[in-house]
Parts: sequence; structure tokens; C-alpha cells
Amino acid sequence: MFRSAGVRFAVVYALLLAASAAALALFLWWSTAGLLDRQTETAIRADAQGLSERWEEGGLPALVLTIDERLSGNVDDDAVYLLTNARMQRVAGNLAGWPSIVREPDTWYELPVQRAGILSLALVWRYDLPGGYHLLIGRDVQVRAQLRRLLTDALLWALVIVAAMAVAGALIVRSLLRRTLANVSTTANAIAAGDFAQRVKLSGRGDEFDQLAEVINDMLDRIGRLMDGVKQVSNAIAHDLRTPITRARARLEEASLRASSPEALRAAIDRATADLDGIVAVFQALMRISEIEAGSRRSAFATLDLAPPLADLAELYGAVAEEKGVTLSADIPERLPAHGDRELIQQAVANLLDNAVKFSPPGGTVRLQARPAAAGVEVLVADQGAGIPPEDLKRATERFFRGESARSTPGAGLGLALVQAVAQLHGGTLRLEDAAPGLAATLSLPAPEEPAHG
Amino acid sequence: MRILVVEDDKDVAGFVVRGLREAGHVVEHADNGRDGLFMAASESFDAVILDRMLPGGIDGLKILETLRGQKNSVPVLILSALAEVDERVKGLKAGGDDYLTKPFAFAELLARVEALARRGKTEGPVTKLVVEDLELDLLSRQVKRAGQKIDLQPREFRLLEYLMRHAGQVVTRTMLLEGVWDYHFDPQTNVIDVHVSRLRQKVDKPFPVPLIQTVRNAGYMLRAERA
Repeated sequence: MFRSAGVRFAVVYALLLAASAAALALFLWWSTAGLLDRQTETAIRADAQGLSERWEEGGLPALVLTIDERLSGNVDDDAVYLLTNARMQRVAGNLAGWPSIVREPDTWYELPVQRAGILSLALVWRYDLPGGYHLLIGRDVQVRAQLRRLLTDALLWALVIVAAMAVAGALIVRSLLRRTLANVSTTANAIAAGDFAQRVKLSGRGDEFDQLAEVINDMLDRIGRLMDGVKQVSNAIAHDLRTPITRARARLEEASLRASSPEALRAAIDRATADLDGIVAVFQALMRISEIEAGSRRSAFATLDLAPPLADLAELYGAVAEEKGVTLSADIPERLPAHGDRELIQQAVANLLDNAVKFSPPGGTVRLQARPAAAGVEVLVADQGAGIPPEDLKRATERFFRGESARSTPGAGLGLALVQAVAQLHGGTLRLEDAAPGLAATLSLPAPEEPAHG
Repeated sequence: MRILVVEDDKDVAGFVVRGLREAGHVVEHADNGRDGLFMAASESFDAVILDRMLPGGIDGLKILETLRGQKNSVPVLILSALAEVDERVKGLKAGGDDYLTKPFAFAELLARVEALARRGKTEGPVTKLVVEDLELDLLSRQVKRAGQKIDLQPREFRLLEYLMRHAGQVVTRTMLLEGVWDYHFDPQTNVIDVHVSRLRQKVDKPFPVPLIQTVRNAGYMLRAERA
């Protein structure tokens, strides 16, 4: 039962309500009944002060006179006095006899008294005077006692009402919480049951629950994309790797059946080994893309100057281009601050350059252009090759997609998919455009957001 | 050289052990983590080839950490099917000197293991590398062959330096890519071949004896070709 957060919240609510009601009642008590008590006590003390002064001035006669005066001048008719001699016999005052329970001096007593034939309640204080006289000063508190009883009753009732309200409120809190969470758990259940298209509904109020729902939906979207990626990879393994595996297998079987000499057999095995190496390379490229897409590499992000690594790449591929009779013209600024994973950015640009050099006609030019952009860094790689037909541009970054013109060149169709994955990991984009002639690929890497949320 | 192979897969272990013996090395083999750790800790080897996932409760990383904990600095090449970048980092952090992922070509493994085993033997910092009549001065950054000065680009200089440091050993393309360019990815096109052939133009072409040899199915080696 207490495992339920709804019940827990409800109990907390009820306890809070009870605690605040109790605090309120205590304060109310203190400021009404308590105040009256304190006022009465103050009045009695003041009275005592006056009477003791009279005693000192005029002794017993003055005291008796003063008590009589005070009794006759008491408009509210609430004063209680009793002066007795050493044998506890009444000398003055409006009480018939000394109440037996008042034994100790300097103590408050609240006791029933008989005054002018009426039974009433009084608060009294005993003073022992020199000469064996005893003085009792008090106030009738019958009215105050009634008020206190009234107040006690009211507070007791209030307690019952508060308890009822606490229970009702707790139930409401619990059902509110349940209803809000039901939205999330229905969605989660639907997804668990296989309907991945479900999303948590937003109330549109933009409150904390909406924010939570948005976070959950974002997470679901991301999981969905990852699952698509996994599906794509397994499809790719199922279909696209079949071709090279078939080739390797055929070579081995052919060699086993028909090789006429040990040399021919060895050559066939070497070729099959090379085929297998190619398959492994494709495998590794696929794994690398998945690794990047999973986002685990974000831990390697750092602020870096992209100029030196890009210059390195220009030098690395410049030689390759030259070998093919292609010119690689690099335009890289002195400094190019960026934020990301150096190795991944390098690999992405390497893939773009590799493609560009591969698809360039002899005598053509490959441009590598890097510049700081409004929102980060832009790296452009453009060639003057056949380019990608507009209808294929969208699909060019899919795994294993190879355009018509690319069929005759070696490659597995994973290069641009990796660039795309790197761009996405950095929160950037890969833009492919027709450079007329050729292909212009722009890798945009945004500057990191200011860490606003600590 | 004395090499310990810790690998549980019978076929892979047999292939590696035979290959290393054929290359002239003395090879010991352990097929589980416990024996592997015992042998590596109690005997002296020039290099250890270590699989990561091993039966017997002790995996490769644990062996490595134990060895390093005992101040044993034997060069260790980790051979593993765990190919993710993070795994590689983990292996090197645990004290591995090199990391090769399965599947692998034997030539690559041999070249790396020999490079590792020899690396531990070089004494002190060198300021000058000399192979036959080729001299490379690391301080003045000058290269001379047969007394004749050769002008090299910075990258060509580093490429030649790497080859000369491993003179007489096979150096694979990936070793060059990692050692000279610090790239840990496959740049698809054989960019290394282009750069080596440019270096050849400057270092070998004008001279009667070529020094940079191509080793078929493996990579390159710097040494005078002897008949």
C-alpha cells in the first residue's frame, strides 16, 4: 500500500494539513483563552500589589477598609477577596470561608467558590501576611471558563473537519497523480505491447507534466531512430553482405572443384581472403556508423582547432589526387575553432575527400574549403565529377546506397552514411548539392550551445 | 624472440603459434587466463599476445592489470574481437602497448609484435638514424644519402623516420597510418601507397640501391635489398 506514490503523496498532504491546522488552533488558543488567563493573572497581581501597600501603610484596619472599598466599587462583580486570621476565621472579604484546597502560598488555584449564594469558578492566589493573617485574592472566571469550553469544543470539531478534509484532499491528490501518470503508463504499456508509434499526450498547459511528457517523447523518438538504424544494419547484413560473401564462397568452391595447379589454388584462396577482408571492412564501417549513431562517442568531444587536422587531410589526399591528375585546392583559415571529436570529423572529411578524388575526372579540381560560419564551422568538399542525380540526392546518405554512376567504382556505399552520422552526432548537417558539374558536400558543425543549464 | 600467446580459440592459436615459429620465434602458448597469467608473471618474454575474452575466470585485461601492478613491463599486444573505440581505449589504459582487432591478417600481427618486442630494446634517445648510406638527423631535421642532401616535406620526413626506426622490420600500412598520421580509421583508398611512392622518388630513385622495399601482402620494409 505504501509502495504507491499516490498514497504517499496523499498521506503527506493529510499530515501537512493536520499539522498546519494544529498550529493554527494552538495559536488561536494562545491568543484568546490564554490571553484572558494572562489578563486575569495580571489583574490579581496588581490587586495584590495595591493591597500589600495598604497593609504596610495602615496595617490591618487599612487593609480591611480597602478590601471593602474594592468590593463595593467592583462594577463587574468578579473580584474575590478573603482575609482571615491565624485560625482561618474570616476578617474581611466576600467568601464565607477559606477553601480547604488552598494550602500553599504563591500558587495559582482554580476552584469552585460560593459567592452570594451563587456557585461559580474562581482563580485565586494566597498570600501569607505577618501576624498569621492570610489573604486570598482572586477573580471570578466562570465566563472565561465557559468561553474556554466553547473554544475547546469548536477546536475539537475543527479537528474532525480537518481530518475529513485531509482524507478527502488526500484522495483527490492521489487520483490527480494517478490520472496524470495514467497518460504516461498507458503509452508505455502500448509501446511495451509493440505499438511503438504511441506517444505521451500533452495537456497543452506546458506544466511540469507536459515537460516530462516531452522529454519522454523525445527519448522515444531517439529510441525509434536507433531501432531503425539497427534494423537497417541487420537488413544490410542480410542483403548487401550476401553479394560479397557469395563471391568469396564461389571462388573457394570453384578453386576446390576446378583448380588445375597448386598455384591456381593459392591464387584463388588469396582472392577469397581479400574478399573476406573486404567484407570485414564493410562490417567495421557499419559498426563504426552504429557506434557513432548510438552517441557513445560524445565523451570524446573537446574544443579544438580544426585547421591543422584539415591541413593534414589536404596533404594526405593531395598526393592521391595528384597521382590521378586531379588538383586538390585547399582553402583553410589560419585558425578554425570548433567543438567535437577530432578523429570523427577527420574521418568524415576524409570520406568526402576520398569520394571527391575518386569521382573526379583527370584534370579536374577538388576543392576543400573550410570557414567559420554563423553557427559554427562549415567544411565544403566539391568535385567536378558526374555528381549525384537530383532524385538520388536524398538517398545518397543511406547505408549501401550506390548511385548508377558509382556502380563502376569500388566502394560499399557507406562513406556518406558515416559522414551523415558524424554530422548528426555533432548536431550538424551534411548538405549535398549539385555543383554543376560535380557534387558539393557541405558539412556544418554548429558551435556548442552555451552551457546554460549548469 | 620469446613470445607468449594467450588465446583460447584452438584454430586461431594454432595459426598464430605456427606462424610465429615459422618467422623464427620461440613461442609458448596458454589457452586460459590462469595459465596465461602464471606464465607471463613467472617467465621472461620479449612480447605477449593477449586475447581479451578468456576462459578460467581471469580475462585478458585482468592479466594485463596484474602484470602492470607487479611492475612487469613486458610489451603486450592485445588481440581482441572487441573492436569499439571505447574497448580499444580500455585495453590501452589497462597497460596494453598495441591493440589489434579480430579478424586480422597474420602479417599485420607479426609486424606489430616484432615492432613491439624490439621497441623495448632501444636504449636512450637517438639523435641520428642511419641505414646503409641513408642518414636522418633528428636534430637538424636533415636527410642525406651518400653524402647528398635530400629535401623532404615535414610529413615525408616523419614517414622516413618511422621506416628507419623500424629498419629491417615489416611495417604495415595501418602501422604507418597510426604512427605517422595518428589516424585510427581506414581511409579506404590506399593513400599510404601514394605517399610511400613519393618518398621513394626522392630517397631511392636517384640512387642505385633501393632501400624502401614493398613486402607483398604485408607492407613495407626499409633495408638494402640483398640478393
